[in-house]
Amino acid sequence: MDALFLSRLQFAATTMFHFLFVPLTLGLSIMVAWMETRYVKTGDETYLKMTKFWGKLFLINFAVGVVTGITLEFQFGTNWSIYSAYVGDIFGSLLAIEATAAFFLESTFIGVWIFGWNKLSKKAHAGVAWLIAFGSNLSAVWILIANAWMQSPVGFTIRDGRAELVDFVAVITQKFAIVKFIHTVTAAYVLTAFFVMGISAYHLLKKQHIEFFTRSFRAGLTFGLVSSLVVFILGDLNGVVVAEKQPTKLAAMESQWETQTRAPLYLFSWPDEKNERNAIEIGAIPGALSFLTKHDINAEVRGLKDFPPDERPPVFITSFAFKGMVGLGCVFILLTVVGWFKRNKLLENPKYLKIMMYSIPLPYLAVQLGWLLTEIGRQPWIVYGLIRTSDAVSPISTSQVAISLIGFIVVYSLLGIAGFSLIAKYAIKGPDSDDSEEDIQPGAALDTSAA
Amino acid sequence: MELQSIWFFLWGLLWAIFFMTDGYDFGIGTLYPILGKNEEDKRVMINAIGPLWDGNQVWLITAGGVTFAAFPIVYAVMFSSLYTALMLILFALIIRGVSFEFRGKIDNPRWIKIWDTCIFVGSFLPALLFGVAFANIFKGIPIDENGIFQGNVLALFNPYGLLGGVLFVMLFVQHGAIWLTIKSDGDLHENAMRISRKTWPILLSVAVIFLVYTKFATNLYDNYLANPVLLLVVLLTVAGLLGSRIFMAKQEFFKAWFSSALTIVGTIFFGVIGLFPNLFPSSLDPAYSLTAFNASSSPLTLKIMLVVVVIFVPVILAYQIWAYNLFKTKVNKQEMTY
Ligand code: HDD
Ligand code: HEM
Ligand code: HEM
Repeated sequence: MDALFLSRLQFAATTMFHFLFVPLTLGLSIMVAWMETRYVKTGDETYLKMTKFWGKLFLINFAVGVVTGITLEFQFGTNWSIYSAYVGDIFGSLLAIEATAAFFLESTFIGVWIFGWNKLSKKAHAGVAWLIAFGSNLSAVWILIANAWMQSPVGFTIRDGRAELVDFVAVITQKFAIVKFIHTVTAAYVLTAFFVMGISAYHLLKKQHIEFFTRSFRAGLTFGLVSSLVVFILGDLNGVVVAEKQPTKLAAMESQWETQTRAPLYLFSWPDEKNERNAIEIGAIPGALSFLTKHDINAEVRGLKDFPPDERPPVFITSFAFKGMVGLGCVFILLTVVGWFKRNKLLENPKYLKIMMYSIPLPYLAVQLGWLLTEIGRQPWIVYGLIRTSDAVSPISTSQVAISLIGFIVVYSLLGIAGFSLIAKYAIKGPDSDDSEEDIQPGAALDTSAA
Repeated sequence: MELQSIWFFLWGLLWAIFFMTDGYDFGIGTLYPILGKNEEDKRVMINAIGPLWDGNQVWLITAGGVTFAAFPIVYAVMFSSLYTALMLILFALIIRGVSFEFRGKIDNPRWIKIWDTCIFVGSFLPALLFGVAFANIFKGIPIDENGIFQGNVLALFNPYGLLGGVLFVMLFVQHGAIWLTIKSDGDLHENAMRISRKTWPILLSVAVIFLVYTKFATNLYDNYLANPVLLLVVLLTVAGLLGSRIFMAKQEFFKAWFSSALTIVGTIFFGVIGLFPNLFPSSLDPAYSLTAFNASSSPLTLKIMLVVVVIFVPVILAYQIWAYNLFKTKVNKQEMTY
């Protein structure tokens, strides 16, 4: 174990942890803003209760999302200093823009939203909710442009051993960035939709707050159905861009060893990295891989053997992460389509509700698999084709990283347990009941639970 | 002025705004065990900073991001050489950030106690460590020609570094106590006033010792000797310090707070001007120092970022001032959110 290995572990652990909370922020901020807008427009108190109930879950989640983000912002410097010096011109500016354009917006207005119920008009308060939603989704734009640049560097030149910016517009408008952004945020919306539907299903199964949770469920369903379809379509486009820009990642995710025209897609395959082949290949669909990646069944797809072994990513994880994500993506479409037909008789379908309740973790799994594919499939490069991960690590002592890594594991485990149990506690508790009038009046403080 | 020099001062400005805003949050957190005598007082203290601390903290993220964008080599070398100190700060900020949200969510004394501790540690530790880190930067850090740290982490806690830490803690305590007088009434208000009055002489003496010690421990005064007009910044800082005491005595709390803000901004600029053009001086050999000129991004990046900052910072300031204005009234005990 050296500083490189530990830094990779630490970076992986901390980003994956951050991304346990980020997607819900991205989606729920929009749903809460929508609920509050409905309340302002219709004056229907149920929408206000929905805003407060889902808003509370949103805030607990948000708190953990924010604090875990700060670490990431500084880890490029602490653990990847050679990388930072090399790419700061481009990558650093994207992070700085993210902070100035997006983080300020969400972080300033989140305080206004929480504490401003009595200080703002109803309309202005709902407007603030939209600013938060806009701000968080805008932060995803910039961070994903930054990540897309690591996947496919453009708009730069190498001068004095550093990547220097020459074309900013090329950096922010490259196809990779756009596809990645839409795919990732819609994935986040899928996660949010399943979160909302799952919790609603729990209460509907218990036959409590029926009106409240039927409405919530249906809102989640619409959101989820549309997002699941978009994620799928954009996932396909994502694959096309990967095929174009990162042939090694594509070959690894499909565990494609030989270069082939009219490459088949296997329903199931088990890569055997040592012998550079697949131990098991089942259910070949001729030309399907060529079609998926180039939208032409006769196109050539390059195999891993085309590349020197030290430029190949780990095949096993990459391919399983990919297949897992796609499989889950199909499940999400199936579940939301079925839900669409049952949307008017939810209570008569306890089985479906039960499935939805237990499906809450699935999109969490899918987004984590997606990122594993993205980041591990990029290896051995930290910036694809430009600088290797092994050349990017800071000249720091192993013990320093070991200690900080242990610290992260301990603190984050406790934080994760605390965060998710609080979310579970308040989700199970349900909306504040009707008899405590003060809770549902506009202007009442959001949280009256504190001692 | 060259782009690099402009960026050097913008860099200083962002750090100064961060300390000016999040500084009182740290101060109130540090005073939390002392002034939070009962549950109600504690909650008033948390609610006094509740609406604003998150927006304040983003100035840190921006200062970090701008260091990365404008001076990538400084970002790389500074944060990797101060690895352990920075990690401690990050852990502290993590526990502070969640504690406001988590604390009131479970009605159990042990649970509440945990987060009470986190609020204190998560506020006091960053205040101290930022001071230690900045004082060490003023003094110079043992980095070699490749920007590799050759020192020992514990060596950061030398007397001058520690004095810097104490200075920061005292500045923030003063700043926090004043903010609390604005936001509270009754006993808590009186206690905050008393603390401010009691800590002021300590702050003054620490500041004086620091100014004198700086003469011996650093080269910061060289720039001032070459250009005595710059000493005006010291004068402004002192004026802020005196102002905060006088306005507190007159019970003009907002003016006191602005004076104390001026002291903090002045202190940071005192260091930044003294450092110029060094951002991260080497104590091994001045030739290894990272400066605004040998560690900056390309002119194109500096220009683009300048446009970004010139557009966004005023907009951010506008909506943050709006938010401050919205929450400048005393905490209403019937409506406490946390
Ligand atoms: C709900 C989550 C979810 C679902 C159902 C899918 N994805 Fe996905 N995928 C993600 C969540 C995600 C993600 C977490 O958002 C990633 C990680 C990085 C990124 O850009 O998005 C991702 C990355 C990602 C990448 C790698 C991009 C890169 O390396 O930069 C590809 C090729 C796909 N996806 C393709 C698909 C396909 C063909 C899907 C078919 C259903 C699919 N994804 C469903
Ligand atoms: C939030 C979702 C993300 C997750 C879950 C994630 C996951 C990971 C994982 C698992 C690794 C380890 C790969 C390995 O070393 O084998 C990694 C590395 C890394 N990722 Fe990400 N990543 C995410 C987003 C990002 C973004 C948005 C960026 C850039 C802006 C980024 C930059 C990096 C860097 C610099 C490394 C370290 C170097 C490396 O190992 O390649 N990641 N990430
Ligand atoms: C490794 C790369 C990443 C870095 C350096 C990073 C940095 C940060 C920072 C500093 C914060 C706190 C901001 C605040 O105080 O308001 C934050 C929060 C946030 N980040 Fe990340 N982040 C990364 C990955 C991602 C990704 C991949 C996304 C979205 C796709 C994302 C979206 C968000 C959002 C929406 C928030 C708001 C708070 C929350 O998550 O609940 N971040 N991030």
